[in-house]
Amino acid sequence: MDTIAALAANATRVLFFTGKGGVGKTSLACATAIALADQGRRVLLVSTDPASNLDEVLGVRLGSQPTPVPGVSGLDALNIDPEAAARAYRERVVGPYRALLPASAVASIEEQLSGACTVEIAAFDEFTSILAGARDGSPHDHVVFDTAPTGHTLRLLALPAAWTGFIDTNTSGTSCLGPLAGLQGKVQTYRESLDALRDGAVTTVVLVTRPERGPLAEAGRTSEELTALGITHQRLIVNGLFHASGVDDPLATALAERGRLALDTLPAALQVQPRLDVPLRAWAPMGVDRLRSLGQVGDDQVLPRHDAVPAPGAPLSALIDECAATGRGVILTMGKGGVGKTTIAAAIAVDLASRGHDVLLSTTDPAAHLGATLEGSVPRLRVTRIDPVEETRAYTAEVMASASPDLDDAGRALLEEDLRSPCTEEIAVFRAFARTVDEGAAGFVVLDTAPTGHTLLLLDAAQAYHREVSRTGGAVPDAVRALLPRLRDATYTKVVLVTLPEATPVHEAAHLQADLVRAGITPWAWVVNQSVAAAAGVTDPLLRDRAAREQPFIDEVLARHATRVAQVPVLPDAPIGREKLLALAQGARAPMPVG
Amino acid sequence: MTRIDVFDPPLCCSSGVCGPSVDPQLAAFAADVQWLTTQGVEVVRHNLAQVPQDFVTNETVRTLLADHGDGCLPVVLVNGEVRHQGAYPRRDELARESGLVVGVSPTKPRIRVSVTGTGGCAPGSGCC
Repeated sequence: MDTIAALAANATRVLFFTGKGGVGKTSLACATAIALADQGRRVLLVSTDPASNLDEVLGVRLGSQPTPVPGVSGLDALNIDPEAAARAYRERVVGPYRALLPASAVASIEEQLSGACTVEIAAFDEFTSILAGARDGSPHDHVVFDTAPTGHTLRLLALPAAWTGFIDTNTSGTSCLGPLAGLQGKVQTYRESLDALRDGAVTTVVLVTRPERGPLAEAGRTSEELTALGITHQRLIVNGLFHASGVDDPLATALAERGRLALDTLPAALQVQPRLDVPLRAWAPMGVDRLRSLGQVGDDQVLPRHDAVPAPGAPLSALIDECAATGRGVILTMGKGGVGKTTIAAAIAVDLASRGHDVLLSTTDPAAHLGATLEGSVPRLRVTRIDPVEETRAYTAEVMASASPDLDDAGRALLEEDLRSPCTEEIAVFRAFARTVDEGAAGFVVLDTAPTGHTLLLLDAAQAYHREVSRTGGAVPDAVRALLPRLRDATYTKVVLVTLPEATPVHEAAHLQADLVRAGITPWAWVVNQSVAAAAGVTDPLLRDRAAREQPFIDEVLARHATRVAQVPVLPDAPIGREKLLALAQGARAPMPVG
Repeated sequence: MTRIDVFDPPLCCSSGVCGPSVDPQLAAFAADVQWLTTQGVEVVRHNLAQVPQDFVTNETVRTLLADHGDGCLPVVLVNGEVRHQGAYPRRDELARESGLVVGVSPTKPRIRVSVTGTGGCAPGSGCC
């Protein structure tokens, strides 16, 4: 019985793989695309993730045009790079006027088109053309989308509804569509995209998750949100299901039991979806051959024994010692979704609070679950959340209040209508982010940031905005004005990159670090999370093998990426609640028995 | 019939709501434009960020831009003649220039000066 073959057997023309980062979307999307191609279908595989690692997984250099994947007849793949799409879009608008308008005017147009919305819109435009192309005259029988992490995916998927609705209800025709204004002619195309997404005969959304409470809850929320958007044809894949080889390894037993329990208490939204299970592998699903066997339930569990047990690195508490010494400041946990940013942020915050500091713990992640991680209140620790919907509402009210003395009813109505623009949310969230960072002047702020792509857009907005603020010196909130200098000041803001001891997460964190350095922000430390090598007393052969395979990646982090590294063990119990989070930070383990 | 052409600096949108701080003047101007339209005045707005072609095609605006750079924006033309540059006019000014009776304005003349230094959806505000 092959899970992936089962999925490919009745595949719709369009398949979306969605789920928290690190759950294996890319691997499963690739494996499915390969299975379809092996059945003789012509398949296009597309990544819309700003931090795509399709190239790495397939072992081929991809671009924005379909490229044949070596070793798989009938499979083409491409990456939608949002930044590149935005650059192309900008050049289409500005290019023809370089010689015709003064340089200052050209520069100001370019700057205007350099922000977050242009990137979102340009990427969406590419996505729509591919979706539309999948319908008319495409040489491909199937299009498989390896979508971005959940929060971003939902925004992407929600956009056609938001925009279509926006264009529908906007009566004055002066709609604030920003850089989208030039795309108003594409309303029809966007509608068709949405129709295709909602048509179960055309589109399947594959929810990928791991057999753990957090990711399953997340998948449940995604499922509900998609259903609310009218996208009801869904399927569930539980990836990395672990079976302990014996009963003598407490960690293995606990991990297997944890998975079983999590699946026994599936969120209601997931119980109704057809489910497929993919077993945990000792090997990384890289390369076409590995991907072909990903869905097979075979006997690959017989493993070579790895006897060399690596020594664990410094615990998280060693980093916190250094942070605590300053008495205040901002700690930003960053990394690809699913690497455990929320848990690490919560552990740092709980540890600082336990040392007698007042701490604010907050998140910009739309899919945050800080409440669930802390399970109750912790002395000296305040928990907030930057809620996009609430921030947008408050910001809209603020703008309406400050503008109203000057406006008549028609003017108010016009402004209100324009504030329904998709841009408003970006700005509202951005301001809330700046406000939260501002609190680090007086005490500790620990921010669990949104997934990589979105965070970068946010920081990029901060940077572009900073230039503008320096020039005009207008009445902008001080918190916003101070944001970028503070993010760049390592004595004020400490960026902690969170990763897993695996190839893809480490490489993605390294890319993120390079992007941050370009923005003038040097990460302060790395945290290698969920390390089996850092756990106590592992004897299960599959887990021991994983522990040994972690070492090259931990070595790589130490040698090439970071001056400060903490190694956080995978724990028998989910790290939920104050005591377990403190234990996670302290990271003490018994030595792993040799042999 | 009067025709007013407004050549805006690069804006995300004509009411400026996309900025990190909304410029009340820009929001008010958007309302004024709508009011003028209801009075039978034809008003066309040209956003440099969206329709740069208009700034090239219009001889007057192209010359102003070449001589003064984009600091001359916004430029307001009434029946093709430059009446305002570098700032948005008030509703009563627009009404007078359009040959409307000033008293019909349903709002008091605005004297409040923009409290935001940025032009609504400021260039590089990150919103666009």
